Amino acid sequence: MSVEKIDVDYVAKLARIKLTDEEAAAFGEQLQDIVVHVQQLDKADISSISESELANDDSANHLREDTPRPGLPTDKVLNNAPEAADGEIVMPKIVE
Amino acid sequence: MDITTETISSLKRKYAAGEASPSDVLDALEARIESTEPKVLGYLRRNLEKAREQASVSDTSLPLGGIPIAVKDNINEDGEICTCASTYLENYLSPYNATVIDRLQAAGAFTYGRTNMDEFAMGSSTEHSAFQKTNNPWDVSRIPGGSSGGSAAVVGARSAIAALGSDTGGSIRQPAALCGCVGMKPSYGMVSRYGLVAFASSLDQIGTFTRNVEDSALILQAIAGYDPMENTSKQQEVPDLCAHIGKDVKGLRIAVPKEYFGAGIDAEVAQKVKAAIDWYQNEGAEIVEISLPHTEHAIAVYYIIATAEASSNLARFDGVRYGHRSSEAKDAISTYHLSREEGFGAEVKRRIILGTYVLSSGYYDAYYNRAQKVRALMKQDFEKAFEKCDLVLTPTSPTAAFKAGEKLDDPLQMYLADVYTIAANAAGICGISLPCGFNSENLPVGLQLMGPAYGEPTMYQAAYAYEQAHGWSQQVPSIT
Repeated sequence: MSVEKIDVDYVAKLARIKLTDEEAAAFGEQLQDIVVHVQQLDKADISSISESELANDDSANHLREDTPRPGLPTDKVLNNAPEAADGEIVMPKIVE
Repeated sequence: MDITTETISSLKRKYAAGEASPSDVLDALEARIESTEPKVLGYLRRNLEKAREQASVSDTSLPLGGIPIAVKDNINEDGEICTCASTYLENYLSPYNATVIDRLQAAGAFTYGRTNMDEFAMGSSTEHSAFQKTNNPWDVSRIPGGSSGGSAAVVGARSAIAALGSDTGGSIRQPAALCGCVGMKPSYGMVSRYGLVAFASSLDQIGTFTRNVEDSALILQAIAGYDPMENTSKQQEVPDLCAHIGKDVKGLRIAVPKEYFGAGIDAEVAQKVKAAIDWYQNEGAEIVEISLPHTEHAIAVYYIIATAEASSNLARFDGVRYGHRSSEAKDAISTYHLSREEGFGAEVKRRIILGTYVLSSGYYDAYYNRAQKVRALMKQDFEKAFEKCDLVLTPTSPTAAFKAGEKLDDPLQMYLADVYTIAANAAGICGISLPCGFNSENLPVGLQLMGPAYGEPTMYQAAYAYEQAHGWSQQVPSIT
């Protein structure tokens, strides 16, 4: 697979991050270098690994019994909020 | 008492004999910190008053009773600031304890000092901290490694008895090698990640920095074990980690993978590690040459999977519920964009962008899915290897500590510093780095031993035997 030019502005929008001008300028080339490096995975023969094999990884998702227990105290949580009032987190208006 | 040479076991003996108290140790440690810290800068914060209180009420009969332990600043501790070395979390006050903190306290230890790191654990030099650069105690013009560079530097400087860190692709073992201390990444699922700020959840593990091998086993024994709060925590019983400590290495089968001695390795590092291989052979271990054929893909696999998971994990930092919110934000969307712009440093943004790219429509199969399959092949490489051997021996890092600033503008070169440590995370196995000598510039060199999942007791056995036969772990840097 050849490496297309990464549209950094587009990906930054997907990631909901505004970049500074310097970052936007530097990232294009740096990310291109990294993507060229990771292209080497094309050489690996992955035909022996099936999708179901990946899904059966035993390292994930051992669920506990769903029993009620105390949550975090509201005041401790709101203490970290950028803005809070009346026991709730305050946000800029979302809908006009 | 010379605080630079004490270990957990020597302090426990002193406590039992009534020769010293935890408060004495804390005072001696603080005096050492005051002399080293202006040059090393490994700590972000220390709460001496709180530590004094905890030291004074320590129960020294417990396994880690009265032992002060430093903590990487991405592990939550109730009532403490936890920044992940990010402007975004500069004022974040942990509302609860990570499971490892609960367990340290239950074992009688108390925490002292929050250590510097690369922002959100993304980096190999600790130069990506938003707050300060940490220096290598063996040469302060050099980096301590990363991302747990603060923990490595303070244990290496002997200004901490021990520390916790986190290891996603080598973030404990690589800085431990560069700072001349023992760094250990447990098998995946052995230690709960509950309360560790997530970077790449399928790779992250909390582990230890210590002055010697035995101390590592003592701390790991206290923090390991199933935790219902963490769904990748394994229910498997934790073995007695000290069970084989003190036994010789006769008959142990130690494998040396040829891929780890190829291009890019520093000649002096290769020579020190080869000398360690010779030592094991002379002591009666069987040295087995093996191949881990997918090693060449380790960096590529890692920087796809880790950034993909990071882009998802770090989506929680949205300027809404906690952390930084831009004062310029006018609505929800600009709250996200601007808060993240202002709160995150360049390396974090670079990795989120890369992770978002490899997961985006049209690229998912080519990058993420393919990387997962190559990761499965890497895992199989180790499964096959462990049919023929008990442990795998490699260098920890291809070079000794590099100069500050040397790789800062070239992210790919920085990433290559992790080439020997990534595989253990990808495969979920355990790995330890221990000192194996000093190069001609008097910089420490690290040796890595990797064992199969839950193979820690044999790993500690081999590491301890080597350590006892050499004096490397007892070297104290002069810090000038």
